[in-house]
This record gives sequence, structure tokens and C-alpha cells, in this order.
Amino acid sequence: METSEQETVAARWKTIQRGQKHRPVEWLAERGIFMVSLSAIVMVFVIFLFVAREALPVLLGRSNSSNSFEAIPVEQMDQIPPEKLRAYLGLSPAEFLRMDHETLKTLMEVKGEEAKESKGDKDAKINATGWRYLLFPYQWENHSKPDYVWEPVANVPKFNIMPLVVGSLKTTLVALLFSVPLSLAAAIYVSQLASPKVREVLKPFIELLGGIPSVVLGFFCLIVLATLLQAIFGYQSRLNAFVAGIGLGFAVVPVVFSIAEDALTSVPRSYLQAALALGSSRWEAAWKVVLPAAFPGVFAAVILGFGRAVGETMIVLMASGSARIMSWNIFDSTKSITNAIAAELGEAVTGDNHYRILFLIGGLLFLVTFISNLAGDLIMHRLKARMEGRR
Amino acid sequence: MNRSNKANFERRHFDFVSFFCTGLTGLATALIVAMLLLIIGNVVYHGWQTFSWRFVSGNTDKDMFDVQHAGIFPMIFGTAARVIVMTLFVVPVGVITAIYLVEYAPAGSPLTRIIRSAVNNLAGVPSIVFGLFGLGFFINFVGQHVDQSFHNVDPKWGKPAILWASLTLAVMTLPVVIVATEEALRAIPPGLREASLALGATKLETIIKIILPHALPGILTGAILAVGRASGEVAPILFTGAAYYMKDLPHSLSDQFMDLGYHVFILSTQSPNVEKTTPILYATVLALLILTFSLNIVAIVVRARMRKQFRSGH
Repeated sequence: METSEQETVAARWKTIQRGQKHRPVEWLAERGIFMVSLSAIVMVFVIFLFVAREALPVLLGRSNSSNSFEAIPVEQMDQIPPEKLRAYLGLSPAEFLRMDHETLKTLMEVKGEEAKESKGDKDAKINATGWRYLLFPYQWENHSKPDYVWEPVANVPKFNIMPLVVGSLKTTLVALLFSVPLSLAAAIYVSQLASPKVREVLKPFIELLGGIPSVVLGFFCLIVLATLLQAIFGYQSRLNAFVAGIGLGFAVVPVVFSIAEDALTSVPRSYLQAALALGSSRWEAAWKVVLPAAFPGVFAAVILGFGRAVGETMIVLMASGSARIMSWNIFDSTKSITNAIAAELGEAVTGDNHYRILFLIGGLLFLVTFISNLAGDLIMHRLKARMEGRR
Repeated sequence: MNRSNKANFERRHFDFVSFFCTGLTGLATALIVAMLLLIIGNVVYHGWQTFSWRFVSGNTDKDMFDVQHAGIFPMIFGTAARVIVMTLFVVPVGVITAIYLVEYAPAGSPLTRIIRSAVNNLAGVPSIVFGLFGLGFFINFVGQHVDQSFHNVDPKWGKPAILWASLTLAVMTLPVVIVATEEALRAIPPGLREASLALGATKLETIIKIILPHALPGILTGAILAVGRASGEVAPILFTGAAYYMKDLPHSLSDQFMDLGYHVFILSTQSPNVEKTTPILYATVLALLILTFSLNIVAIVVRARMRKQFRSGH
């Protein structure tokens, strides 16, 4: 529908405009409008660029979290160049300039102590920002078996992102299992079975659910739903992936509903009429004729719902319990990707490993939602074109 | 169920499977409506007792968890400020993009497809990624370069500020404005354009003097929807401007601000005594819900009116 209308508008302009004089102001304004209209493309690029830029050292393997180094004796302090000394002490140029000789000397001594201590710790030598440690289990000291560990602020920081990825997948799965059947059934009912009057009331009402800020949904999960669900299911930890998933479902329902409803409505009326003429009931027509015809759109709705669920932050932040453990059990307290970014970025020092890895998983999230949005968009576009008989 | 369709070609005998399945889908719909009512009802029921003029207009002291003295005026002020600044940026850019897409873009060209795809994609980027983007681009890149070029010793722009939060939200809500304006432009009958051009106006004159005034309700709808979406968002402003506590109201674009949504988050997760602070929490949520819902409902009404007007007029 979109494109066909657009064609007519553009075509009309063209036929009318023929024979008009060339006007420089007009031309300039048109260029300007064109440039501004590129802003959406530019923004998508800039978002990707600047999230990736902060994560770049980790991506390229230039970062190093290893805590082990050769101590420079305090006596040699005056012999080494200031720039090297600054890097050794891990100070910013401004900080370095502000410090007098005595303070620097104290810092040198502290650094020497650190070096001596870290010598004994085998883990401290490891660069935990390498891909091997980001993705695969490793047997850290005083762990009995190889583990996936996310401990970004420990003495020896560990940055395995798998617990977060699993946490995100777990909550998203619960959310989709809860919300997809519900919203698809509602979409079928509202678009095919309900009377027009009921439909006009229900549609904006359900879409109003999408107007609830996610922080309010998070609050609702935390205060009301968590207690309620624990009383029903009787599991151990009050906040867990299950509660967060149900809360996420509340946010996903309006997304899946409105896209699926849109897809079902775009099926030509004649399909329904033909089915009814052949003696099927309304339900049979909706289930066996309209739904299969709109299937790509329904699939797109689920994909876009997934994108929404995996990127939702506040609900997961408030209701998932935020325990840093690797577990597939949905009743365990869980930390997800969005949760980790929102909770930890404020405390991470700009530019250090923890900060960069949070940007890295943010970039990962962007990539996943980007692909799912693109796929959903493409499927919807194809479906509409087919329904209008243009392909 | 058969009553809803009176066409006499429908078969008449009772079909249990159809009846059952229709009931099931109806039940699902009812469940969603019930969820919505449960949330609203719960918040209104617990919130209205504490919700008063003093609460809305009151200032908060150092102890924001104190039921007797807590007020949320600074948060309302901060939220309003960031949303107004955002509107100033997002509406012009969004409207111009929509004008290009409807009035100028060659139909079916790859570039038009890409712009459209980018708009749809921007709408689906997770809000926390916008937060990262705001920090990585506006604060760590733009802000720091501005500071360097003005030789600011203490960071003035290279830190969280209202301006950066607003710009981040403007990028986030751009698709909302574009889509709403596009719809409004499409609804304008082509006859208006033809008539204007026939009278000798140029294309630009036609757009400014004829098309835009007619599209105004649609643009307004887009702006209201964008404000409604942005006013409840917390994730994008976590690192770009929201403050845990501030003594004074912000008085410059480079200040941080307290925010209604962020305050809900603080009250529900950082409270030292959950039982005691629950009343203020509910009242704050109620204020936030009133704000976002009234904006959404106004947008729905304006849009419905606009549609009716065009349908009856032509």
C-alpha cells in the first residue's frame, strides 16, 4: 500500500512540473531536504561506528588485562623518560602533571608491592580480554572445573560473556513463549472474528499497553508480579529469569500484536469470502485460509518481538535478580546483556577493559537486533507486495 | 459467534471446534486487556492516596525516601526539559525527511528503499544501545572535542548533560515523527497539489504554504507520540544525563537533571526501607503513567479526527 500511493504522488508531481523554469532557490532547498532526509541512514551508521569505536581495542586484541609486570626499582625513577613513567603508573597526562616528586615516589613503591604480589598469582598473568577467555570456559584457580565466569570487578577480572548471553536468551525465550501465542490469538480474534465495533475499541486499547514505559513494567514485576508468581510456583529466588521473562512478555505483546494484526488485515477480503462461500465457518476461514496467507507477516511479527525482548533493559534490570551465574534454569536469578550494561557501565572507568567489553556486548546486541529488524522488515515488505498482486 | 456474520451462505449447524477456538482467541484477548487493567488499576489504587498537589509541586530534600516530605517537582521539571529540547531537534529533521520521502523521493529507487529501511531499523534499536551511543558519540567524542577547542579545564560538555540526553532521545524518536508525518502527507489529496501548481506556485511554495498546513495535525500527532515515548524512557539517559540527586534545578543545557522514570528506578531498587517508601513509589509511577498515557491518548484522538476529516471532506 505504501509504495503504490507513493508512486502516484511522485508521478503526479512529475507530469505537472514539466516546462517549469529552473529556480536556484528551489534547487538549493531540494538539495537541503535531500541531505536532511539522509539523517536516518547516517544515524544508523554513526551508532554502529561509535559503539564499535569504544570496543575496538578488545576487538583487535590490543587490550590487556594481565596484571603481571616487571617492577621498575624506585631508584631508577629519574632515569626513565617521563612519558614511560606515566604509562607505567597508569596516570592520565593531567594527573601526572599535578603530582610532585614525593607522590610519584610513593606510587612507585605501591606499584612495586603490587608486582611482587601478582608474581605468585598464576591467573593475574592471563589477559582475560582475549577471545579465548571471553567465549570459552577456563579453569581459574580455586575453581574445581572449567567455568564461564563474569567477574569484571574482581581482583583478577574475568570477562566471560557467555553467562550474560545465556541470561538474555533465557529471559527472551520465556517472554516469547508467554507473549507470542497470546498476542497471535488476540490478533486473529481482533482482525478476523470480532465484530467491527468491538475491534475499534480493542485495537487502540491493546496498543495502549505499548505506551506503558518499560520502567513502570519493571516496577510492576518487582513489586507485584514477583510476589504473585512466587506464591503460585513456589520457587527459591524471588527475582529470576522467569519473572523478568513474563514482564518482558508484557512489553512484547503490543509489538507482536500490532504487526500480526496488520499482516492479517492486509490479506484481501476475497480470500475470506471465498472460504465462507465454500461453507467454512469464520474460525476455519481465519485458521486455514487467512493465517497461512499472512504467515510471513506473522513470522516477521515474532522476529521483531524477539528484537524487542532481547534489547529491553529496565524490566530485566529490575526483575531478573542480577546474579552472575551461568545457568540454563529459568528459575535462577540471572544477569543479561542489557542488565550488565545498564548496571555496570556507570561504575566502569572510561577506557578501561570493563568499559570496553560492555561496549562490545552492546555492539553485539545492536548487531543481533539489526539483523532481526532487517529480516522482519524485508519479510513484511515482500508480503505486502504479494498481497497487492504486484509480484 | 455466527450472529456477527449475517451472510446467509455461512453454514448453519453448530460446529464445536470453531466455537471452542473462537472462544480461546477471545480469551487471549481478554487476558491481555486484563493485564493492562491490572497494571493501571494497581498503580491507581495504591498511588492516589499519596498523590497530591503538594507531592507533585513539592521539592525533594536530601532524603528522597521520606514519605512526609518527598516531592517530585524537580523530576517533572527535568523530564519536561529534556523532552522539550528533544522536540526542537527531532521535529524539523523528522518532518523534512518525511517530506522528502513522500514528495520528492523517486518511487522504487534503491536509495528510497535504504532510507525507509534505515528508519524502520532505527525504530528497533534497543534503548540501551542508544544510551551507549550517546555516551560514546555525544559525550566522549563531540563533548570532549568541544571542551578541547574551548580549552575548558574542567569538562563542561564532555560529561552527562541535558543536551546530550535530549539529542540521544531525538535520534531514538526520529522514526516516530517520520512515520506519523508521512502518513499525514499521504492523506492529503493530490488535487490540492495540482491546484496550487496550476495557479503558478512552485513546488517548494506549494509544500510550505499548502501541504504543511494541511499536514499539521499529523505532524502534531508525531511530535506527541515522540514525547510520549521519550518521557518514559530511562535506559538511554542512564549515562547521558540523569542524576541520582541534585540540590538545584538544572539551569543550563550542560547541567545534569533528575528524571521521573529514573526516579522510579531509584525508588524501587535503592530504597533502604521498601515497606516505607512504597507509597511514594506508587505515587511517582502514577505521575509517570498519567504523563505518558495522556500524551498517547491525545495523539490517538488527534489522529482519529484527522482521518475522519479527510474521509468526509473528499
